[in-house]
Amino acid sequence: MTRALKQRLSAAALWLVTFLLMVIMCIPGLWVVLSAFRPNREILARPPVWVPERLTLNNFAKIFGLGEAQVAIPVGSYFMNSLVIALTSTFVALVIGMAGGYAFARFRFRFKNSLFLSLMLLRTVPAIALSLPLFMLWSRLGIIDTQMGLIIVYIALNVPFTIWLIDGFFRQIPMSLSEAAQVDGCTRWQAFWKIEFPLAKGGIAAAGVFAFLTSWNEYALAAQLTRSTDSKTLPVGLMDFTAQFTIDWAGMSAMAVIIIVPALILTFLVQKHLIRGLTFGGVKG
Amino acid sequence: MAEISLKKVVKSYGRTPVVHGIDLEIADNEFVVLVGPSGCGKSTTLRMIAGLEDISDGEIRIRGRLVNDLPPRKRNISMVFQNYALYPHMSVRDNLGFGLKIAGQSRSVVAERVAEAAGILGLSDLLDRLPAELSGGQRQRVAMGRAIVRHPDAFLFDEPLSNLDAKLRGQMRAEIKKLHQKVASTIVYVTHDQIEAMTLADRIVVMRDGHIDQVGTPMEVFNHPVNTFVAAFIGSPPMNQLPAVVDAGRLRLEDGTTIAVPERLRARVRAGQKLILGVRPDDISPEGYGLMEDGESDRVDLLVDIAEPLGMESLIYSRLAGQEVQAKLYGPRLVAPGERLTCRISLSRAHLFDAGTGRNLEAE
Ligand SMILES: Nc1ncnc2c1ncn2[C@@H]1O[C@H](COP(=O)(O)OP(=O)(O)OP(=O)(O)O)[C@@H](O)[C@H]1O
Ligand SMILES: [Mg+2]
Repeated sequence: MTRALKQRLSAAALWLVTFLLMVIMCIPGLWVVLSAFRPNREILARPPVWVPERLTLNNFAKIFGLGEAQVAIPVGSYFMNSLVIALTSTFVALVIGMAGGYAFARFRFRFKNSLFLSLMLLRTVPAIALSLPLFMLWSRLGIIDTQMGLIIVYIALNVPFTIWLIDGFFRQIPMSLSEAAQVDGCTRWQAFWKIEFPLAKGGIAAAGVFAFLTSWNEYALAAQLTRSTDSKTLPVGLMDFTAQFTIDWAGMSAMAVIIIVPALILTFLVQKHLIRGLTFGGVKG
Repeated sequence: MAEISLKKVVKSYGRTPVVHGIDLEIADNEFVVLVGPSGCGKSTTLRMIAGLEDISDGEIRIRGRLVNDLPPRKRNISMVFQNYALYPHMSVRDNLGFGLKIAGQSRSVVAERVAEAAGILGLSDLLDRLPAELSGGQRQRVAMGRAIVRHPDAFLFDEPLSNLDAKLRGQMRAEIKKLHQKVASTIVYVTHDQIEAMTLADRIVVMRDGHIDQVGTPMEVFNHPVNTFVAAFIGSPPMNQLPAVVDAGRLRLEDGTTIAVPERLRARVRAGQKLILGVRPDDISPEGYGLMEDGESDRVDLLVDIAEPLGMESLIYSRLAGQEVQAKLYGPRLVAPGERLTCRISLSRAHLFDAGTGRNLEAE
């Protein structure tokens, strides 16, 4: 076998494996998206109908309370709750993450390593294990079924992660850049915003996307801590489609699409930044 | 355009002192080079002058003004870092103009000064590039340009050439020297390369373990090293150092070879005193092939181990009293390993150091 042929074969094999993995990962998602545009009858058909015969927007009309549906689901409120909770908690987690990440990357202080380690250990506790104590605490504090209650929980979930990620990005930026800026006339604060922040921007955006997605998609804790349209988020709202004996698969799929789309859009928007952020660290010496 | 003065400056990290109370007066427009082995505190000293490290004790004055508690931006100094520290997200133009913009200079002033600096350093065609698109030497020049645009009181350089290859280093060394003449300004320059120190400095400061061993012009430090450390550190190849004992008015080496005590030092030695004889390779040469054959001298026989011909001169590796010594032969003559040579030691240029303290007998 010639070298060129070998190379081609291995490239083809690699492509095939990647493709198979992609298919495995994508099919459930694709099925959900397809189902969102098909009538319930077709979804439940046996044997399954693979290629949709009729596409419809009825499912969406239904959950927004348009058309012939009997029970509308308050998707609008859920969406707003999700948005407010995810954006606020992401913003706060990013601010804390930037301050903490910078401090861990740049300053020397006592118990630095143990503090960092304990932050990381926080991540090892499964969120669901906290749900009962959280529920009790939150009900004492009277913040069950409020946006604030969930926002606090998500900040706590995300902060260790944002600190860890952002610390890594600041660490890649040589100290001498900030020092050069200070010699050039900046205060430390100016040096941060003019030099270090622009260089870490991609990493901070990455941390923001991850934090946002965590909050946006979280179900287990939200299901415990929310009750009504005051604070219910989209993933919890999905359960509104299950009745005692039936599940409205079509409506549920349509709602799932509504959950997925903003997340996808966000990821695409910052994708350029993400990749740059993950590779830009190479400040040549 | 400023004098810098250090008085009893101390730096400690936690309880470990790394700079032990150094005194140094740097005159206006002087080019001072700090040299010393790795870890001796050169960078720390420079960074204290810049204000990037706090001073544990003592005083630093720039232009007569006490700057101990001033942040770097208020000291009106520029610094060139070993890794250049160019802002990677800014073009060369913005890198050069950054300090001026921060200082609130108008656009036209910034443009004018950037153009001026770029002209001096030959960067005019590179202004729109990013640092990542420059070669090592070009980045080095941008770093220097960034330092000169602000017309600071003093320049601080921390091993600015150590990331360049040998040829470029020689070139940039000359450029730095020219730059000093053009922009006439006080320069403090850190290096561990003694050739850079010798060629650039008005005065050399030799540091060891957080102390200053000697301050002087390159020639003073070369011709009158205050101790064995400076003697070995300055000059290449390094000075030969041979343990000796004063015996019957002569220096007896460990194998019994004797060498006359230099006349000017006779009054300073006493019988039985343990000394170290310091002779540079240039001052040990086969008879008839020396550089300076006049003046007081003595003879030794050397057996050639290795000879390195360098054209008009050869470096000879040999041993004397169990010690490796290097000698130099001036002239187009080849010597072979195993050859026995009668050499002249120039005593007028030899040094005697106390074997215990390492101090030059002539040092005050
Ligand atoms: N942040 C720090 N904490 C503790 N010790 C330090 C710190 N920075 C430097 N030192 C110590 O201070 C001493 C002097 O360091 P410095 O960087 O000034 O050396 P240098 O002369 O510049 O050496 P080199 O030629 O290797 O650059 C070294 O022994 C070093 O280990
Ligand atoms: Mg150093």
